[in-house]
Amino acid sequence: MSAPRVVLVDDHGLFRSGVRAELGRQVEVVGEADDVQPAIDLIGELLPDVVLLDVHLPGGGGQAVVQAVKASHPEVRFLALSASDAPEDVIAVIRAGARGYVTKTISTAELADAVRRVAAGDAVFSHRLAGFVLDAFAAAAPQTPNDVKPSFDPELDQLTGREREVLRLIAQGYTYKEIAKELFISVKTVESHVSSVLRKLQLSTRHQLTRWAAERRLA
Amino acid sequence: MDNPARWHRDQFPHRGPSWLRHRNGHGGPLRRDPADRLGGGVAAGIAAWRGFSPTTVRIVFVLATLVSAGWGLPLYVLAWLFIPAIGADANIFSKARTDAGGIRLAVGLASLLIFVLLVAGALNGGWFISWAWPQVFSIAGLALIWRNGSEEDQGTLRHLLEPLGVATDDVKPNRRSALRLVIAGALMAGGLGWLFSAHASLALLRPLGGVLLVIAAIVLALGPWWLRIARDLALERQAKARAEERVDIASRVHDSVLQTLALIQRRADDPQKVIQLARMQERELRSWLFEGRDPDEAGEELTVAAGVRKIQEDVESRYGVPVEAVTVGDCDLDDNLTALLAAAGEATVNAAKWSGAGVISLFAEVEAGEVSIVVRDRGKGFDPEAVPEDRKGLAESVHGRMTRRGGTAVVTTAPGEGTKVTLKMPRSSLPQRGGLGGSPPRDDPGGSGGMGSPRNKRAGRT
Repeated sequence: MSAPRVVLVDDHGLFRSGVRAELGRQVEVVGEADDVQPAIDLIGELLPDVVLLDVHLPGGGGQAVVQAVKASHPEVRFLALSASDAPEDVIAVIRAGARGYVTKTISTAELADAVRRVAAGDAVFSHRLAGFVLDAFAAAAPQTPNDVKPSFDPELDQLTGREREVLRLIAQGYTYKEIAKELFISVKTVESHVSSVLRKLQLSTRHQLTRWAAERRLA
Repeated sequence: MDNPARWHRDQFPHRGPSWLRHRNGHGGPLRRDPADRLGGGVAAGIAAWRGFSPTTVRIVFVLATLVSAGWGLPLYVLAWLFIPAIGADANIFSKARTDAGGIRLAVGLASLLIFVLLVAGALNGGWFISWAWPQVFSIAGLALIWRNGSEEDQGTLRHLLEPLGVATDDVKPNRRSALRLVIAGALMAGGLGWLFSAHASLALLRPLGGVLLVIAAIVLALGPWWLRIARDLALERQAKARAEERVDIASRVHDSVLQTLALIQRRADDPQKVIQLARMQERELRSWLFEGRDPDEAGEELTVAAGVRKIQEDVESRYGVPVEAVTVGDCDLDDNLTALLAAAGEATVNAAKWSGAGVISLFAEVEAGEVSIVVRDRGKGFDPEAVPEDRKGLAESVHGRMTRRGGTAVVTTAPGEGTKVTLKMPRSSLPQRGGLGGSPPRDDPGGSGGMGSPRNKRAGRT
């Protein structure tokens, strides 16, 4: 497999050059942008495999970039990257269409691995994102029978037991390989569980889920 | 100056007897307070000095001005000139003394007004002229303030002079404001004519009508501008509040972030210490920015999430091993959950001390029926069978703490494969915070233990 072509979008030049230097040999960094509009233009022009996207950008959140690019180039994949981890921002970027989320403290090897995974069409969940998602779906579960606002597809509103198990193990810092071993399933199955969680997270119309992030701050 | 009321508001209490002193006054030197001003901040300054509310001072001053036939305005201007603002070491007058151009302008404007008043008085005077005479001093004083005052003073004057600018080329009058001014002019002329002619009349109603017309004219002509002044002052105060917030953030960044960066530079040769410092700073900033908690606050462990954070902080700062903590849901603590947290704390400390792992995962999940905490490391692990009898203190204390309260503790480990401690504690029927109910039944809670792994063994190490 050839090295994935990557565009870096981050408003900190220092961080961009750091990532570029570290990732240099393992992926091909084809461009850098520091704000929403330049990023949209650059991505449309270069059509990279993966965009490493900072959640926080001066000209609007990272989700603005995802939405704009997804409209015209749905094949471009996004991996969100952030130092902040405010859950509402992270969930917003994922729901906009990013295929994963990792923290900026991630090691270089893990980051390169995450980029390759996203390039291959998989979802990448950091331990923190897994925690957010478990929390979000627990909060989004109907609290009383009357509270139910059925989604188009009710399947989307709940995680299966297996999916919750996988997420718990991710939150405990397990790698996909370790999860596969722990649950006696294949790595492919782990990946499909994670992708399914990502799909539910993006497609669920349960309004509690969208509200969750905002309310979490007040709780 | 066509807005005497505003100008007059602020003078009287300054002239009042000095025993009139409220207990709240600061009693220090009298200073103008530009932060709470309508004009020069004189009323606010007096209010703070004497301990009254600024509004009271202003109202008293307006009444006094009405009685004294307009002498309040020049007195206010003089106070503006001679009382230094808070934080300034000199008053405006000391600067104005050396400003020859300003003095010429002041004298020129004053003499112009004197000339106009003389002419007007020769034609027909009455109360209007007697009110206007004191303003000779006002206009001279204002000219000096205009020339020599601070930015803020000049800004205020610019606001106050704005309606005069409307008549000239300063602001292009649009149709509505032109219409407004025409109607106001007509009302004013009618009212003044009515008033002046009233001297010859015995009818009591007619002067009253004239006064009403003049007031209507003034309100119509100047109303929008008054509103704008009030709004601008409010905006200015907001800007000040924002600036203060910025200062607060800057001092926070200085106190914690810059200090930590300085420490990191000095300890650059000790990677362990650098990581520890960076983690500590990260945690502190995160809790301040995203959870609104002040890091200086004493950390009251009232909920599971707070307790987990506390374990993370303690272990990171005492052992320098990063702890990746994830909490799902939250609830208040009771005795059982306090015991659970204590057990989790011991397990985490144990992992930090013995496993040699670079990072420890700490995962807590609050569900409707139970709370589980998983402490996991990828360190060297151990053979549970081989733990010497005299080192079973941890097993006893973690396991004992949990089982005494109806919980369970499962340790999964093997040499070279890391260690995982899974703790579960059933919940009493306390209402839950966040993530309430509705979680689907789990086939394998915690995803550990009980899966038939031969390595599962209740044990521990110290």
